Amino acid sequence: MNIPRIRFEKRLSSPQWLTLASLIVALLLAMLTIAIIFQLLGVNPLIAFQRIFRGGFGSVYGLQETMTKSIPLILAGVGLTLAFKGRMYNIGAEGQLLIGAIFATGVSRAFPELPAYILLPAMFLGGFVGGALWAVVPAILKTRFRVDEVLTSLMLVYVANEAVKFLVYGPWRGTDTRGFPITDEFPDAAHIPNILGTRIHYPTLIIAILLAVLIYLLLVRTKLGYEIRVTGENPDAARYAGMDYQKIALLVMIISGGLAGLAGMGEVAGIHYRLRPPEAISPGYGFTAIIVAWLARLNPLAAILTAFLLGGLLVGGDAIQIALNLPAATVQIFNGVILLFVISSELFNQYRLRLEV
Amino acid sequence: MLEFILAAVRAAIPAGTPLLYGTLGEVYAERSGVLNLGVEGMMIMGAVSGFAVAQTTGNVWLGILAAAVVGGLMALIHAFASVTLRVNQVVSGLALTMLGLGMSGMMGKRFVGQPLAVRLQPINIPGLSDLPVIGPLLFRFDILVYLSVLLVPVLWFVLYKTRLGVTLRSVGENPAAADALGVSVTMVRYSAVAFGGMMAGIGGAYLSISYAPAWIEGMTAGAGWIVVALTIFAIWDPRRALLGAYLFGGVRVLQFRLQPLGISPNLLNMLPFLLTILVLWLSSGEAAKRRIGSPAALMTAFSREER
Repeated sequence: MNIPRIRFEKRLSSPQWLTLASLIVALLLAMLTIAIIFQLLGVNPLIAFQRIFRGGFGSVYGLQETMTKSIPLILAGVGLTLAFKGRMYNIGAEGQLLIGAIFATGVSRAFPELPAYILLPAMFLGGFVGGALWAVVPAILKTRFRVDEVLTSLMLVYVANEAVKFLVYGPWRGTDTRGFPITDEFPDAAHIPNILGTRIHYPTLIIAILLAVLIYLLLVRTKLGYEIRVTGENPDAARYAGMDYQKIALLVMIISGGLAGLAGMGEVAGIHYRLRPPEAISPGYGFTAIIVAWLARLNPLAAILTAFLLGGLLVGGDAIQIALNLPAATVQIFNGVILLFVISSELFNQYRLRLEV
Repeated sequence: MLEFILAAVRAAIPAGTPLLYGTLGEVYAERSGVLNLGVEGMMIMGAVSGFAVAQTTGNVWLGILAAAVVGGLMALIHAFASVTLRVNQVVSGLALTMLGLGMSGMMGKRFVGQPLAVRLQPINIPGLSDLPVIGPLLFRFDILVYLSVLLVPVLWFVLYKTRLGVTLRSVGENPAAADALGVSVTMVRYSAVAFGGMMAGIGGAYLSISYAPAWIEGMTAGAGWIVVALTIFAIWDPRRALLGAYLFGGVRVLQFRLQPLGISPNLLNMLPFLLTILVLWLSSGEAAKRRIGSPAALMTAFSREER
């Protein structure tokens, strides 16, 4: 059997137009592939795509929902750009988001009498701390004991899932919930305000965008950001240059976990006003955030845009689930295929490729 | 007490069998230098296609075959991305898992809630199955269980005692040297990854055809990720894969046994995942002490031009 060989010639620099062009081509090819998969599985791709687009971007309501869903994606996605830049493969943002939601709920339960201007910041802080703690475990295991952070961060997603269920089915189950596994509604002071008539909890959105800008500046303007980038690109070089790998690994994990935790806080205090079972709080925002980050080529500012795009995909995914009677997992096909094409397309920036048969 | 232990062992073996298939396959893939985090996705695709084919054709063997083929094809996507295109193996594997979870959901939709019409029958081994106590304990399983156990010494032998095994290991340890000796690194890696996918597919089919036997969306429930961890625990040795798989099979059984004692099922469900973290931690300590580690070229793409 003859497997075609591709020869790689390293590029010294990659022009900006090429980065953008390769991304667009990657997305188009991903859509084509998804269309073929849909066709093979007996779903008309044209109808599916049209419904997704209309659902996510085709109406004022759709756009509002897309904006709503892009809030947790910006937060978690921006955090992941930083972690991936530092070569920490945190794929447990979903778990960190859920623990953030638990911590924020815990704060609102502990201090129900506090006024909103104290309680909400305290809950955001709680969310950050919860998510950060959940990310620190894999970070310490990695830096101190060389345990692979991919697996540990992912295992903790399952643990976080069960933790949320344990709480809403057990000790935190509400008294006014007619048996549903949810907590009682948060006190009014613990509700993040919305843009009138929508579910867009704008304070969280503002925080998310500010953090994206801050992390962008951290990465490109500060010494620490430089160290993170060097560590990510060439860990050996970083070590020879005397950079503290442990400190950097811990820091990027704390920030990425904390941001995912903020996303969890935003969901419970901005949308649900309760803690609910995990699948109700998050349709996998933490995993979609991985694609947000890669699609943004690990640029925190670009992540705002890609979060909006993938938020729309989630909204559209809900729409085809109902319209075409598809399972919730369908949207994962988009996630998987887009991710495959996006990482493959990165090659065209790094190398000139020649096909040899 | 004895009865409890016997019953637990009897239950732990089938519970550990999908893990054993997956781990044996991943051991081979990683020995060639390719980390495949897509096990969960390949497994669930094996589960859905195995069930679908067995149900529609009425033939379990065709189901198992289909699961192996589908698992292998899924793995080839990863092989193309990570070996030919040389993309980041972590991300590519993760994408494969997402793709598998999504496609299996769509493919399996119409099979949800259907009982499987055909069954894999337990096999009686003349003489052994009739032994008191251990007969019913160890010798009344179906063929897939026996096959998985049989594969352990076979794959161990191939890996350590044959030319093929030496070639595979050399590609995972030092691809440049293997290449200089005329070995096609690409070919070896493609084959090893595809083999890993086929094994994961069969492991998934065991779940949906024998263990459940039914199709439930997302039924692998993290088993594929435990497989990746078990590969590390097994220090890339098929023999230790057996130990790890049954250990985790045992934990699964424990989950069900402890539930009547009033412990929250949600807390019990955390057990395998917490144990995985613990096992990874302990393995890393052991690896450091005994100076053994992953195949040296794991996660690095090979090219002749850049050395």
